Amino acid sequence: MRAVLLLPYAWLILFFLLPFAVVLAISLGTSSFESVPPFDLGFDLGNYRLLFGDDLYVAAWLSSLRIAATSTLLALMLGYPMAYAISRAAPRRRPLLLMLVILPFWTSFLIRVYAWMGLLAENGILNQFLRWSGVAESPGSIIGTEWAVHLGIVYAYLPFMVLPLYATLEKLDRSLLEAAADLGARPLEAFLTVTLPLSVPGIVAGCLLVFIPSIGEFVIPDLLGGTETLMIGKVLWDEFFTNADWPLASAVAIGLLALLVGPIVLFQRQQAPNPERHR
Amino acid sequence: MTGRARFAFSILAFGYAFLYLPIALVIVYSFNESRLVTVWAGFSTKWWSALLANDAMLSAAWLSLRIACVSATLAAVLGLAAGYVLARARFSGRALFGALVVAPMVMPEVVMGISLLLLFVGVDRFLFALDRGFLTIVVAHTTFSLAFVAIVVQARLADFDRSLEEAAMDLGATPWVTFRTITLPLIAPAVISGWLLAFTLSLDDLVLTQFVAGAQSQTLPMRVYSSVRLGVDPQINVLGTIVVAVAASALILSGWMTRRKT
Repeated sequence: MRAVLLLPYAWLILFFLLPFAVVLAISLGTSSFESVPPFDLGFDLGNYRLLFGDDLYVAAWLSSLRIAATSTLLALMLGYPMAYAISRAAPRRRPLLLMLVILPFWTSFLIRVYAWMGLLAENGILNQFLRWSGVAESPGSIIGTEWAVHLGIVYAYLPFMVLPLYATLEKLDRSLLEAAADLGARPLEAFLTVTLPLSVPGIVAGCLLVFIPSIGEFVIPDLLGGTETLMIGKVLWDEFFTNADWPLASAVAIGLLALLVGPIVLFQRQQAPNPERHR
Repeated sequence: MTGRARFAFSILAFGYAFLYLPIALVIVYSFNESRLVTVWAGFSTKWWSALLANDAMLSAAWLSLRIACVSATLAAVLGLAAGYVLARARFSGRALFGALVVAPMVMPEVVMGISLLLLFVGVDRFLFALDRGFLTIVVAHTTFSLAFVAIVVQARLADFDRSLEEAAMDLGATPWVTFRTITLPLIAPAVISGWLLAFTLSLDDLVLTQFVAGAQSQTLPMRVYSSVRLGVDPQINVLGTIVVAVAASALILSGWMTRRKT
């Protein structure tokens, strides 16, 4: 057993834990174009001061949080009814309905985001439709705005919302709803007082699964958001690849990690494979 | 239909339309005559032949497939070990280990990408010459996809009838023989679907790969990304259609593997 444990443990320490120590060390260094790689090690908190003092970075943190939170809420509003409807469908239909939710997750993320580029473009299908149907004479461009980023995030991460919600809703004890009905609760009342509170673990898991990856998202804001959308994942990317400021990019990474420690621990606490719980 | 059934139907119809309409358009426009992705100009397969003659894209696809095969296999072995330990063993560092296994799954890719690259740069600088490319990409992909295998394996082992293993032990089988002849065949569907998941994730990854790949190694998503950044490209629709077809087959296969077990 010890050998079986050692293999994945060593791998994860070497390639997951250790790298963060390296990032932390470099984030305290200073950027220098004379050295190769382009930084000098040291102990300098300047990068962190910039991160939480400079207007650009503060704005990037705030808009990342805002975009991720709004998108999570939108995904919940769309995902909850879907998960609910699937869990109430005939048992033999459920696997197919669920598979249809998972399938997009298996197809390329990049291609799915790309699909929206054609849909949302200035002369794209959505705008053509709006003009044709007379809803809007000259619809503005959607691509390049925060709207497009929200849409992209909801679209890309919807399966992550639906799956945990379905798992909780499906396990729900129906006799509780019958009891509520017997005691005179109308369906809506029963939903609000029984189903909704009991599905909170699913809501929390789904929201975290959408919120956590959208905070650090790079591809969606880059391809759909244009220049006006500021998100921290994109800032990190630009600092690293465009400005070649490795220490600052490392500090952004550590900041992002610090921001996500809470949600990630919460998620793991909830998902923790705890054998004691089964007894 | 009752009011509630109609509501359930329309919410599902809307949800699935939202999920599938963009994908359907990618497939339809892969047969478009026009260069513009937004204008329909008649049926044509010219973008299909263009993609099949696109050497840069094909060699990127070949590299991606090789990386996905190797990293999915490594992830399956490591994930199987991790999932097995998490489901069966009790040891003092179990909570830390459990967290460590799942964390790469939820870690933002930009953070993991930069951390692995800086590690590789450090190794290259201070320990030994490290060629960034195939190997570093495989290490990165294995690290984040082994979590998925571990979770599937662990879930399978959690609702597993242990009396079969006990019977084998009573009949004199060593732990290793028991594992090989009883446990492994019974959890094989989980390992295979974990492998498929790791394979797909590796094939699809852009951000992490962009960080750890050297200048010489261009994977398929990297090529797609650089082509898409320059504007919409009808060849990408063709590629998307192929990816959707492959993913659908893989999912059906994996669904069939999991169902066969229960």
